[in-house]
Amino acid sequence: MAYSEKVLDHYNSPRNVGALDKNSANVGTGVVGAPECGDVMKLQIQVEGDRIVDAKFKTFGCGSAIASSSLATEWIKGKTLDEAMTIRNTQIVEELSLPPVKIHCSVLAEDAIKSAVADFKAKRESLKEGK
Amino acid sequence: MKTPIYLDYQATTPLDPRVLESMLPYFTQHFGNAASRNHAFGWEAEKAVENAREQVAALLGASSKEIVFTSGSTESINLALKGVAQMYGETKKHIITSQAEHKAVLDTCKHLEKEGFEVTYLAPDKQARVSVEQVRAAMRADTILVALIWANNEVGTLNPVREIGALCHERGVLFFTDATQAAGKVPVDVEADQVDLLCLSGHKIYGPKGVGVLYVRRRNPRVRVQAQMDGGGHERGMRSGTLNVPGIVGLGKACELARLELTSEAQRSAALRDRLEKRITDALDHVHLNGSREHRLPNNLNLSFAFVEGESLIMGIKDCAVSSGSACTSASLEPSHVLRAMNVGEDLAHSSIRFGVGRFTTSEEIDFAADQVIGAVKRLRELSPLYEMAQEGIDLSQVNWQGGH
Repeated sequence: MAYSEKVLDHYNSPRNVGALDKNSANVGTGVVGAPECGDVMKLQIQVEGDRIVDAKFKTFGCGSAIASSSLATEWIKGKTLDEAMTIRNTQIVEELSLPPVKIHCSVLAEDAIKSAVADFKAKRESLKEGK
Repeated sequence: MKTPIYLDYQATTPLDPRVLESMLPYFTQHFGNAASRNHAFGWEAEKAVENAREQVAALLGASSKEIVFTSGSTESINLALKGVAQMYGETKKHIITSQAEHKAVLDTCKHLEKEGFEVTYLAPDKQARVSVEQVRAAMRADTILVALIWANNEVGTLNPVREIGALCHERGVLFFTDATQAAGKVPVDVEADQVDLLCLSGHKIYGPKGVGVLYVRRRNPRVRVQAQMDGGGHERGMRSGTLNVPGIVGLGKACELARLELTSEAQRSAALRDRLEKRITDALDHVHLNGSREHRLPNNLNLSFAFVEGESLIMGIKDCAVSSGSACTSASLEPSHVLRAMNVGEDLAHSSIRFGVGRFTTSEEIDFAADQVIGAVKRLRELSPLYEMAQEGIDLSQVNWQGGH
């Protein structure tokens, strides 16, 4: 299978690889996918106010899955939570020129963003209630 | 050393230059039709084909009259399974095979099921082996044929062919084995192994693509096969179509070389294969061998690298030509049906790489490949959330995974 140059670039030099402290109140963590499906993405955001100031990822999956999550972290950094929630998998497909068999990678990346945002919001809610 | 390095000898092999040399005169000089009985052009071609038939028969311990030339193993498998089923199908309806067969066997069996035959798909063990006891237990009064692969094309595991052959003969059931990977790599003797039908392909043994063999036993028992193509009645009526003379000459030469060099080549391959495995496992943990350590081909190494997905690993070792799953199924995203049938776990099935070494592999290439694999696995594990979780002591099998696609 031939990969697009952008997929190769993200695969060879993935952006924002790493981990944030998942126990921190400012950090939201999303883990989507399953090992038996061949894809697991972990995407984390660090939020100040309503803005994502940092994002990190780790991905088990094919080159397109790694590229999709790497791109997702690039795009959400600096965005507000609401802005991040508007990112659609089709934009990732377009940017990385993913072939039809790899569309699920982009879907997973969109899910990972939503899951991280949801985790952060849930944390914030529970902290408020705690006060 | 030239890159990329070819480590996919189970997919195909380069033509041996000695084979090429044997073929060349039959394209231009001796171009006759082996079926032309009236002139020297035809006689020359026929002589070459009969010589090749002897060379193939010698590799298999067969008689040259039992060799049918085809276009390759897929055709031979179709001819053997459909041909036998149709020939004996009036009174018997049952075929035994396994879940770890090549797609050519599985899909042919599915086709026969649609025609009313009943097929038992035995589940192999974790090493991809089928036992003689399993075959015995599956046999019925109306069993026509047992069809089992000799050496698995993905993990290289050898089935207990000789024991199964003996059982089949004791019970009056025909025995077909797909020896595409085994022929020329491990000793094959259709008499001692009691095989009734067997296939091989030229391109897996340093011969040309597009030519193969179906061995059909002529005595004890005499096996009959219904032809699948109508035409001039070539190959004793079993396979019509003008013979591919240069291809057959090349296949014959390839079989001769394989027979003469089998022992030394097996030793050499195994040494390179073991060197690759040792270098990799000395540097990396959580590497699993798929298949049987005891009963396997000398030139195959199938490893799973836990926490790393196979396709991304192949991307990371781009100077090495290897395979994830089998070449025939790598267009799909499903993990290999063989690893699934072996029940190695879906996560490890997604992490498997098949390395195949061969006649032209060097130790320098092995060391280079090992270094590439080690580097890529380390890098991808740094990227892997599964590796991170495992390092934290989380049992991945206990995680409630969400949103899998």
